[in-house]
Amino acid sequence: MRYALLCYNDESMTSAWSKEEDEAVMTCLRAVHGRYEQQFGPVVRLMPTTAATTYRKSEKMFTDGPYAETKEQLLGFHIIDVENLEQALEIVRELSDANPGGAYEIRPLMLFYPNGSAVKDG
Amino acid sequence: MVDVPDPGWIAARLAAARPRAVAALLRYFRDLDLAEEAFQEACLRALAKWPENGPPRDPAAWLIMVGRNVTLDHVRRQSRLTELPEEGVISADGDVEDDLAERLDGSHYRDDILRLFFTCCHPDLPATQQVALALRVVSGLTIAQIARTFLVNDRAMEQRIVRAKARIAQTGIAFEAPGPVERAERLAAVSTMIYLVFNEGYSDASPDSERASLCDEGIRLARLLLRLFPSEPEMMGLLALMLLSHSRKRARFDSDGSLVLLEKQDRSLWSQALIREALAMIDKAMLHRRPGRYQIQAAIQALHARAQRAEDTDWAGIDQLYAALERHDGSPVVKLNRAVAVSKVRGAGDALEMLEPLSEPLAGYFYFHGLRGALLQQLGRKQEARDALKRAIGLAATPAEAAHIREHLDQLEAPRR
Repeated sequence: MRYALLCYNDESMTSAWSKEEDEAVMTCLRAVHGRYEQQFGPVVRLMPTTAATTYRKSEKMFTDGPYAETKEQLLGFHIIDVENLEQALEIVRELSDANPGGAYEIRPLMLFYPNGSAVKDG
Repeated sequence: MVDVPDPGWIAARLAAARPRAVAALLRYFRDLDLAEEAFQEACLRALAKWPENGPPRDPAAWLIMVGRNVTLDHVRRQSRLTELPEEGVISADGDVEDDLAERLDGSHYRDDILRLFFTCCHPDLPATQQVALALRVVSGLTIAQIARTFLVNDRAMEQRIVRAKARIAQTGIAFEAPGPVERAERLAAVSTMIYLVFNEGYSDASPDSERASLCDEGIRLARLLLRLFPSEPEMMGLLALMLLSHSRKRARFDSDGSLVLLEKQDRSLWSQALIREALAMIDKAMLHRRPGRYQIQAAIQALHARAQRAEDTDWAGIDQLYAALERHDGSPVVKLNRAVAVSKVRGAGDALEMLEPLSEPLAGYFYFHGLRGALLQQLGRKQEARDALKRAIGLAATPAEAAHIREHLDQLEAPRR
């Protein structure tokens, strides 16, 4: 089963990290990736929300910034392929030790190509 | 179960909450020193309480509330008012406090933070003092840290900051909510100040020095303001400009600390992550169709960033962008920079013509004579070239600048192939 582990944190805090702090967190995360090499798919680190543009469908309008104005922002996500939810939670616990603060949302996902064909094992 | 945060995490939270908390406390107390003290007190209590009770849901609101109460308490005691109100009781997890802090903070926080930044941009303060004050008040650097970046001793820096604050207190801080025009003016002043912070770091030759970290701080402050004012194209332009400059930090100096000219830099050392973010910001800014000097300067730097090799540079595009920049900033230095692009597009003769009216305003400027010498050299006017290059050497501020000119002089003396 594939899951997206959506990483939420306070961007004003993560963007205040020094290069060393940022690298320390990335090193810890890489250690987790290493332990679950079989399970991890691509990792997405989103650029700061200041680089985002949002289209509001009801108003048919583009606005600057992210969709939701929340105290914590979606900063990136991991794609994992695991046996069951339990293993996903185990990975999340380890990720969360490596990267404190905020929350992880664990969302099962489906993968398919735009022409509708399924991704193998998706 | 309470998640016990480690001290590093608390420190990061406090640093992140600082601008919003100090800004709200400044509006409440209307005094910069008192606001800073209140925040300091609140931080001390956070360090004591958070490991025990867990972090509050909204750290900034907690700090505002606690800072306000503790300081009110102090002020009352000093004025011998012994009676304490019930709201003086400090607790870490009450929704009542959160609500009150929300009201204190509330919808004003954008203008509060802008005011805090703007306070440091007092027009009477010289640029370096604005930067020092912003690093102290907005960024929360210690006096010792700021003193180290400016290469002065702690006492001298402390005096500078005290004097700057006194100057601000004398004039008074504008507390009315700004109208749209005023807000735009404040944002422009604050942008300039943030760029000063960045350039202070950018001028340092060693990319890992404490002073060089001011580049990161400038970028962080711009992102912070952009989160509050997400639709300001010039703020996007400023952020992009800083990201593009910063992307070259590993390539700008050689191992001796000498400046490496853009066309000679090893482009594989440029940070593609920063470049990509900058290009995204420029694209966003352009949708607003409200060009300004930061956006145009960023667009010029972006054309350099897009060129895989120096000889791939789109000089015609750069020439056009400088023409646009001249409409916003007609300073001689902008014209000089444009002349470089003109020399690449239309030749040395046209560029030299552009330089003539600049000879008076830029008479003491190293780059003017350096460029003029190089152009004359290209046109085969050897004696004039030699004179110009010698003047440039006399004005060189660093050995690297002088060495670069000497290279040109050597080429002049070399026999024709």
